[in-house]
Amino acid sequence: MSVAPAAQRSVWVESKPRAALRLFSRIGTFCLVELQKLRHDRTELITRAIQPILWLVIFGQTFSRIRAIPTGNVPYLDYLAPGIIAQSALFVAIFYGIQIIWERDAGILTKLLVTPSPRSALVTGKAFAAGVRTISQAIVVLIVAALLGVSLTWNPLKLLAMLVVVVLGAAFFSCLSMTIAGLVLRRDRLMGIGQAITMPLFFASNALYPVALMPAWLRAISHANPLTYEVSALRGLLIGLPTNYFLDFAVLVVAAFAGICAASALLGRLAR
Amino acid sequence: MSAEPASGTAPAVEITGLTHRFGDQVAVDSLDLTVSPGECFGLLGPNGAGKTTTLRVLNTLYPPQSGTVRVFGLNVRADAMSVRRMLGYVPQQLSIEGALSGRENVSWFARLFDVPRRERAGRVAEVLEIVDLTDAADRLASTYSGGMVRRLELAQALVNRPALLVLDEPTVGLDPVARDSVWARVQEMQERYGMTVLLTTHYMEEADVLCDRVALMHLGQLRAVGSPAELKAELGPEASLEDVFRHHTGESLAASEKGGLRDVRGTRRTAQRMG
Repeated sequence: MSVAPAAQRSVWVESKPRAALRLFSRIGTFCLVELQKLRHDRTELITRAIQPILWLVIFGQTFSRIRAIPTGNVPYLDYLAPGIIAQSALFVAIFYGIQIIWERDAGILTKLLVTPSPRSALVTGKAFAAGVRTISQAIVVLIVAALLGVSLTWNPLKLLAMLVVVVLGAAFFSCLSMTIAGLVLRRDRLMGIGQAITMPLFFASNALYPVALMPAWLRAISHANPLTYEVSALRGLLIGLPTNYFLDFAVLVVAAFAGICAASALLGRLAR
Repeated sequence: MSAEPASGTAPAVEITGLTHRFGDQVAVDSLDLTVSPGECFGLLGPNGAGKTTTLRVLNTLYPPQSGTVRVFGLNVRADAMSVRRMLGYVPQQLSIEGALSGRENVSWFARLFDVPRRERAGRVAEVLEIVDLTDAADRLASTYSGGMVRRLELAQALVNRPALLVLDEPTVGLDPVARDSVWARVQEMQERYGMTVLLTTHYMEEADVLCDRVALMHLGQLRAVGSPAELKAELGPEASLEDVFRHHTGESLAASEKGGLRDVRGTRRTAQRMG
């Protein structure tokens, strides 16, 4: 077989972006891939919208009528809508680790791990890609809530801040999922654990009812649950309930960062 | 014909004293191997010989446990990121994202290898053309046949114009026509870009035709290395590369089923994806 002269190495080694630029580039790449997948298959957007619609239409409207949950002078449906946005984002993100196990089984993860991307950049990219998927989800719930007559803000800055909150929440919960994936290594186990922790995370938060109504032990758990801070921030932004934005954002940023660190540390286990 | 390294140029691959264990099992045992720039080098051996493990240390997936591995003079442990920039890697298993189109699959890897934005679309189109997937580029990859998937993977591995292309059994599970097509692309790319190719294969007749030099591995150890012509001449005028293989491993290809669970799992996944 004829062989052309070997090229000089300097020809091949091209752009070497700095670490920070590379991180943003990887985030952009994975978000783009997520959007491309969504563009090719929109059915998931529709099927995933069903559950939040049921929560708002059936649970929300019934509990509005019986006035079982005291929410001050805010109608219960208005109170519930931000909680359902957070919940549907949680449901999307908590099963994101399954995607990484699928990519491992399909051999894609191996190829990703030998690209010039540090593991933390791959995980951060995936975490924000989960955010892209939950944004589409949040927008669907927002539209449904508006159709049901929930009086939401239409201030574009507040809506933008809402998307940031949803993305941070998705980054944390998807990293939690990827961390569990790195521990259990199998899809069926991750499914089981995902299902086992989703509802407790949801019920041990302020998504459905105020923290003040909870027994002391549950209140303690809900204060350690990032979902509570996500819902508080969303309620503040969307329906104007008072909240400590600094605390809410700080908890979400720290949780997302910790999640990225944990998932990155365990990603190598999936490659073996 | 094997290309000699130019003076002052580091070997494309330089493996010294590499040993790699999985628990008690020794997958690679004191391996020494050198691949020259521009060469097409075949790593041959039965299942469980340590070929895939060697490639995975080389491509930075497994950190070397002992010994040193250098790619164009760069240590895979200390300069992992720089080594990855020079590599194109096609794993044994068929692995593409079926929910994306062929073009999107290649473009994804162009971004992950930091191909400059102004060059990206052109490069993606170029490699798709080399692997003859231009017409199917905008179809979902899930609709591709096994041979097309493999060619798409070659395009992904080429989009960063690697100095070293690493192919782990690129034709396993493909029909003869698809196999010929994959090898024809590999040869064409090597001629076009002058890259070094390191591949593993079970098909001795293919290694004989394609490779400038081959190394025979068995139970993690290097048993023989040389050009196919040299190795055959050592056994006699009528010897084939398969005879050389039998001579050095003491068994036939069909009887060598020493691969561990790792191999079985990979093969099963590939078989499932091939339908």
